[in-house]
Amino acid sequence: MSKELVKDPLNIIISGVGGQGNILATELLASALVEKGYFTTVGETYGASQRGGSVMSHVRISATTEYGVLIPLQQADIIVSFEPTDTLRVARDYANKSTLIITDSRPNYPLGVLIGEAQYPPVEAIEAELKKLSGQVQIIEATKLAVEAGNSQATNILLMGALTALPSVPIDIDDYERILEQRFSGQILEMNRKVLKIGYEQVK
Amino acid sequence: MEWMITANEPGKTYLMQGNEAISRGALEAGIRFAAAYPGSPSSEILTMLGHVADEMEIYAEWSTNETCALEACLGASFAGIRSLCVMKQNGLLVVGDALHSASLSGVKGGLVLVVADDPSAHSSTNEFDSRHQSRSAAVPMLEPANMQEAKEMVKWGFELSEQLQQLVMVRTVTRINHGRSSVILGEIPREKQVPKVIGEWDRMVAINWFKALQVAKVDQAQTIFEESPFNWYAGPETPDMMIVTCGTGWLYSVEAVEALGVKDSVGILKIGTTWPLPEKFIVNHLARTRKVLVVEEVDPFLEQNIANIIAYHPELNIELTGRHGQKVIPRNGELNPDVVRNALANMTGTTFQGPEVMLIPFEEAVPLPPRELTFCAGCPHRASFFLLKQTLRIQEGQGVVMGDIGCYTMGGQRAGHFLYNFLCCMGAGISAAEGLGQLTRFGFKQPVIALAGDSTFFHSCMPALVNAKYHDSNMLFVILDNSATAMTGFQPHPGIGLTAMGKTTEPISIQKVVEAIGCPVTVADPFDIAGTTEIVYQLLKQPGLKVLILKQECATLAVRKRKKAKVWVEQDLCRGDECGCGRFCSRVWGCPGNIWDYEAGKAKIDEVVCVGCGVCVSLCPAGAIKIEGGEACE
Repeated sequence: MSKELVKDPLNIIISGVGGQGNILATELLASALVEKGYFTTVGETYGASQRGGSVMSHVRISATTEYGVLIPLQQADIIVSFEPTDTLRVARDYANKSTLIITDSRPNYPLGVLIGEAQYPPVEAIEAELKKLSGQVQIIEATKLAVEAGNSQATNILLMGALTALPSVPIDIDDYERILEQRFSGQILEMNRKVLKIGYEQVK
Repeated sequence: MEWMITANEPGKTYLMQGNEAISRGALEAGIRFAAAYPGSPSSEILTMLGHVADEMEIYAEWSTNETCALEACLGASFAGIRSLCVMKQNGLLVVGDALHSASLSGVKGGLVLVVADDPSAHSSTNEFDSRHQSRSAAVPMLEPANMQEAKEMVKWGFELSEQLQQLVMVRTVTRINHGRSSVILGEIPREKQVPKVIGEWDRMVAINWFKALQVAKVDQAQTIFEESPFNWYAGPETPDMMIVTCGTGWLYSVEAVEALGVKDSVGILKIGTTWPLPEKFIVNHLARTRKVLVVEEVDPFLEQNIANIIAYHPELNIELTGRHGQKVIPRNGELNPDVVRNALANMTGTTFQGPEVMLIPFEEAVPLPPRELTFCAGCPHRASFFLLKQTLRIQEGQGVVMGDIGCYTMGGQRAGHFLYNFLCCMGAGISAAEGLGQLTRFGFKQPVIALAGDSTFFHSCMPALVNAKYHDSNMLFVILDNSATAMTGFQPHPGIGLTAMGKTTEPISIQKVVEAIGCPVTVADPFDIAGTTEIVYQLLKQPGLKVLILKQECATLAVRKRKKAKVWVEQDLCRGDECGCGRFCSRVWGCPGNIWDYEAGKAKIDEVVCVGCGVCVSLCPAGAIKIEGGEACE
């Protein structure tokens, strides 16, 4: 193994809004971890949340034993999130002073904001609070980069590229790419490979 | 992943969803028959079995409702075929009669019934605990604690079912069905079962003569469970306290004991066979302690059955705690590692040393807009609810709307302009409307509207429609036909013309069924807001039973089939806040594709979200929303 597990269990939360593809991205991540021989469990909440609600996946990685599928409050080591207000919601519940946060900066407006009953807070204010709550915050314009690369739907894989660049995550970009090769082919595979690398380079 | 559940690689480890593990377990048991009705969190099981049916030489169907599914499995079992039946907790209540009757007659070929409960009701209207039905129907039950066990229990469930000649229930919860973990594959038998001849004197008859046999089967299951490898104890020889747990509670308990550092004083008794309980096994372990905490999902089922055991064994001296009385675990809501750790800390007088956390005072925290559920961009339900609300506003008399279960349940929330007055269970909307519609004779003047989706129509509305027609109730029944069981992930239903195994079949026309019952029926397009509003208005003025089918395909399905149109706002034409429309497209219409450009003070389309249905084009009073290209919605 090229990278070691620095904390056991390592707890990762991947969060987004229904339809953004975080469940698929998480499943691919966990498959890569299982191939590396780690005990990996994933907890997902979806169903009704397919319809514009928040979707959160918990990933727990251990070298020694199987853990329950949910991460205890304030015990996420890494949070990867597709939407700024969701990032903050998740961080308030799960972050601690050493948590590392990667978030997209693109708002997805909830119904209350669309109809003018609620206000969407400035992204700078969200970032400031995230910094207080956690150890480190990195903002990536993931959707924008994915659109520029040719497909907004590839945002999920772009953020996974960023995740694999973190030293504390015990897989490399190649390990994730291998799983992509198992699942996709043709243009979709090429697009996913491309955005995975773009995401990786945002963190490096 | 279909290839995982059919892979012929015994000993290989894969990351599997609980539902994949269950499908795999059924295939390892050599099933040839599977039937289900969709319901989160169970739906993926039959979807996958349907996809691999040809390859694995099995039959799989999405039955019209849960009763049809269970009874179809009974039929296959009669010919000795191993059959898997799958449903969610509500479905188990739908099949209550069939379940209690079938357990009197027993089964021939193994029949395993997987029931997926949804603690905290993540995608349900309730968090019923299915385990009560296992006990009341005298059907033995297994409860897996992780994905591996889900596979093993389903597989072994078929052996047990044949040994006892009885149905076997496997109760799962959302965190098992939709969780993922490593699963080691077993072997899939090469030999395929063939149906046995049913002889002249062969019987599967539910009659109360068999009550004694039914009870004897429970006793026999109990004897088998005494030796079950799904039950074990880990911990000190004489612990100060014992956690008795099943299902997801097990791993949370292991983590809690570790986190609080109480390994030397707290043991864990893990039970996988939760009905009937292995009484001797439990008594032997309980005799080693004085204090017990029961950790389980939803109701204090295990806890109260243990209380029963304690009551019959005066030699035990146990202080029993759990969800009952809510002393340490709340009476409702799903378990999680924090609930379990806090309960254990409370009972052991320990405290948890967590990581360093920054607490931000409420007044300094950034106010966050809530993320409510809403209809997808381009969803025809948004149009249906908008035009129904609009019609009721211009209609004389306060209309009463009786809702139903599906994506359109959100029609009772903001997404549907809070249209519903009533919501119960699948099929209840039309039946309750029938009752209300009968009150006209006593002077009840309000228009009554019942709503249901297409899958719900077949599932449980047909007898209710017959009832409403036969008794000529004063009501309008609106069928929201989006050609999908959309909420649970687009399973086909009898109106679609496709089976679970991907075969085409003759679709059953809802319109023809309604006409055959003798009801006048109108079919309209919800995307034609003005035209359909007029139709609803006229229908509500007519006395007696009226049926309206609002037909437009689910947007999520349509977008996969059609070339997407480009929709945009001509911002020169948008009059912004000067318009007087009150930002109609984003504020009232509420489609996630219609957003507000705060810099320009004008409307805007979110091109990432928009599916190009074009309905907002017809709604903009300034004609500022434009559409180009794409294929029109039928």
